[in-house]
Amino acid sequence: MMDNSYEAVMSRKNEIMKKAVGIDYSQFESGSIAFDYEDMMKKVGYTLEEMINIQKSSGVGETKIYEMKNLTKLARKFSEDGKGARIFVKDEAANPSGSFKARRAANAVYHAKKNGFKGVIAATSGNYGAAVASQAAMYGLKCIIVQECYDSEHKGQPEIIEKARKCEAYGAEVIQLSVGPELFYSFLELLEDTGYFNASLYTPFGIAGVETLGYEIAMQMREMVGKDPDAVICTNAGGGNLTGTARGLQKAGAENTKVIGASVDLKGLHMASDKQFNKKSFTTGHTGFGIPFATTPDRSDVPRSAARALRYMDRYVTVSQGEVFYICEAMAQIEGFERGPAGSVSLAAAFSVAREMNEDEIVVVQETEYTGAGKHIQPQLSFARNNGIDIRFGNPEEQIPGVNIIFPESPGMIKAKDLDMIKIKKSYLSKTLESIENINEKDVKYLIDEINESREFVLDYLKANNIKIVEG
Amino acid sequence: MKAIKGQWVKIHSIVLTSEERAPQVPDDTKKVPLELWVKGYVLSDAEIGDLVEVKTMTGRIVKGNLVEINPTYRHSFGDNIPELLEIGPKLRKILFEDGE
Repeated sequence: MMDNSYEAVMSRKNEIMKKAVGIDYSQFESGSIAFDYEDMMKKVGYTLEEMINIQKSSGVGETKIYEMKNLTKLARKFSEDGKGARIFVKDEAANPSGSFKARRAANAVYHAKKNGFKGVIAATSGNYGAAVASQAAMYGLKCIIVQECYDSEHKGQPEIIEKARKCEAYGAEVIQLSVGPELFYSFLELLEDTGYFNASLYTPFGIAGVETLGYEIAMQMREMVGKDPDAVICTNAGGGNLTGTARGLQKAGAENTKVIGASVDLKGLHMASDKQFNKKSFTTGHTGFGIPFATTPDRSDVPRSAARALRYMDRYVTVSQGEVFYICEAMAQIEGFERGPAGSVSLAAAFSVAREMNEDEIVVVQETEYTGAGKHIQPQLSFARNNGIDIRFGNPEEQIPGVNIIFPESPGMIKAKDLDMIKIKKSYLSKTLESIENINEKDVKYLIDEINESREFVLDYLKANNIKIVEG
Repeated sequence: MKAIKGQWVKIHSIVLTSEERAPQVPDDTKKVPLELWVKGYVLSDAEIGDLVEVKTMTGRIVKGNLVEINPTYRHSFGDNIPELLEIGPKLRKILFEDGE
């Protein structure tokens, strides 16, 4: 009989993964730190045209973009003369499963079907679960979603419980676990047991699926305003949303569009802590995922992640939970669009960033998400209040994640905070080069691409850390 | 309460005991077991708390203790948050009433 202890299953990780994803990642490895990212995307991903067709046939994509005229007007009231870019939002809630994640799922599930898998499994507490379940329903595949859902008192985040309902509405089996990274162990065991496809968020199929989103933004904005957007803001967690969108913008030739990542600031909360699990009011789109995934992309459920945010991110900002809830409410109250809270992270950032930009400039928020019981600002806030979180109006500067949620006294107080990109890039280098003494020229080129910096930047870092470049 | 064979139920099990948890988990998490809940059709008559087998939506047979019969969803829109009510009127005032 197979040994299914934690250690035994984890030690079989690579063979389980190879079978369940159908990708031999070793073909892209150089033997040292570098791997061929573009070759991986080309060989196992799909072309943009193929993706557009796959998504079209499953009702995904081609969502509308709306101008947020009242939010723009409001932002201008709190801007210097001549400032206040036009804010547009791509309404990704219109996808079959209610979020942009349908794009990631469409390709993954199509690929699973094409390769004869009987079912798909995804480990996710977020919108991706519903997306995979919805696509599996279309293709007649079985589907299992594994969620991290409850703390040790069996208290669950309302939005995660709602997502379980949504997955089950599409016919999926939902496995709910208590807090902890060993979710991955349960996930591996299930893959081994069922032989289903690992519809990981981080395969080339999934990430390539988001390229259509960036591509559509460029095409639609050219049609609507006659030019490319000056900035596109992507909510950033695992990095796939930003990576795919940026690649799609590039494929559309939108060379001058700045790509800005935005995350909810959850500084100080430990993501694997049982006690802190329900102290947060956002289960994704936050810095607890955004920063670790940016600085160590290969921490996911595949050996090499196709989501590599630092390659594409021009700027990275954070917003507070109170600011996001506030702007989500504002979107309903003055724009007439009621959407889910997590999708409003980049809108809160856009409201702030727009005020730095000129009036004739364009900023696009590239997603919205569905809303409903559990997945709504009120149940999230009500849950927070019941967990002892202080909710009040005030200055968002005073926010402490896990202690309070502060609605801005005035919309002018909404202020996206820049994270230090140089520090994040150095952190990437330090993690990637940990206990390494020599690298080769191929590695240097790889590092330049990975952090999207100059050769001098990388060489300076190597020199300062006594890492030598050798032949090989 | 008694579940009858073939009824839709929810079961609970311990995946890893506190001692079996991964080395990297924080101390507060290490103190508690990794728990699992899943739904399925119960394969035998049983009382709440009994160890049973269920057939899940994908046809897997899973063992666990019966915790709920005919489980449903009870999540909601939560309690009213009075502060939320203030946001819309404030913004409308700034946008549409302040000396346009």
